[in-house]
Amino acid sequence: MEQQLEASILGMWIFLVTEIMFFGGLFMAYLVYRTMYPQAWLDGSAALDVPLGALNTAVLICSSLTMVLSVRAAQVGSRRGQIVNLILTILFGTTFLVVKYFEYAAKFEHHLIPGPHFSVHYLEELGRTGADPFSTQLFFSLYFIMTGIHAAHMVVGIGLMSVILLMAWRGRFTPDYYGPIEVSGLYWHFVDIVWIFLFPLLYLLGLHGGHGA
Amino acid sequence: MSHTAHPVVSVRLFVTIWLLLMGFTGLTVLAGYQDFGFMNTIIALSIAVTKASLVVLFFMGVRHNTPLTKTVVIAGFCWLFILFGLGMSDYLTRPWIGVPGR
Repeated sequence: MEQQLEASILGMWIFLVTEIMFFGGLFMAYLVYRTMYPQAWLDGSAALDVPLGALNTAVLICSSLTMVLSVRAAQVGSRRGQIVNLILTILFGTTFLVVKYFEYAAKFEHHLIPGPHFSVHYLEELGRTGADPFSTQLFFSLYFIMTGIHAAHMVVGIGLMSVILLMAWRGRFTPDYYGPIEVSGLYWHFVDIVWIFLFPLLYLLGLHGGHGA
Repeated sequence: MSHTAHPVVSVRLFVTIWLLLMGFTGLTVLAGYQDFGFMNTIIALSIAVTKASLVVLFFMGVRHNTPLTKTVVIAGFCWLFILFGLGMSDYLTRPWIGVPGR
């Protein structure tokens, strides 16, 4: 059983390494374009909502705590502990997506979706006069791709947790067999880590660096 | 039998790690509102790396895994830095020699 668990964990990590490289490609694109258009990154980031981004960071950290507590509950054979903590994890994950919905809706209203209706008008209202429409669209393209793919991972994670919850409900996990809950937890924490990097890299730049500042 | 390689970690330790992560989140926001020039990104990334390390070591429990799993984890992050290193050594040096298509 011990060896089975280690093999599952190793397998999950090999998958997660491919995920690191997948998100790594996006971070690479971020790095290249930020180097090319530093001002666009400062201007575009100004339109992002720091309090909501920080709230979502906190929500995901809470979900990671409940995730790890549900794995621990499986290790000590508490069915109730697994169920309560898995439900909390799913609720935190859903909260994250609801907050993200409101953020995306605001970007639509502000015409910050790259495409024919993109406008720097809102950025100018924020005092970013002279924001370049071409390069700020690049920033928002990367913002939507990176946070969008992250949100897709959250949706997958919530689906995964629902299956694990059903298994926990049926009492499938024991102190000797809890591989699925442990391995799904690794995936959940990985998605949390991606957000830990996305939050400062996307949201916190725009607090400074206005034109002429 | 399984408790030697995968010990049950105390709730207290998990809550401590959670408090640290929440504290670092507050710190990164506070630091974000201060103007340290280019150091803002360095500070934000240092905090993010610290937070990610706490999650990997404690929440993901890598410190209790086998050496093989640890090697895979470390190798994964090494490849990421190879990507960044080789990628940027290309993009940052193109203007030096006037290669077209920059």
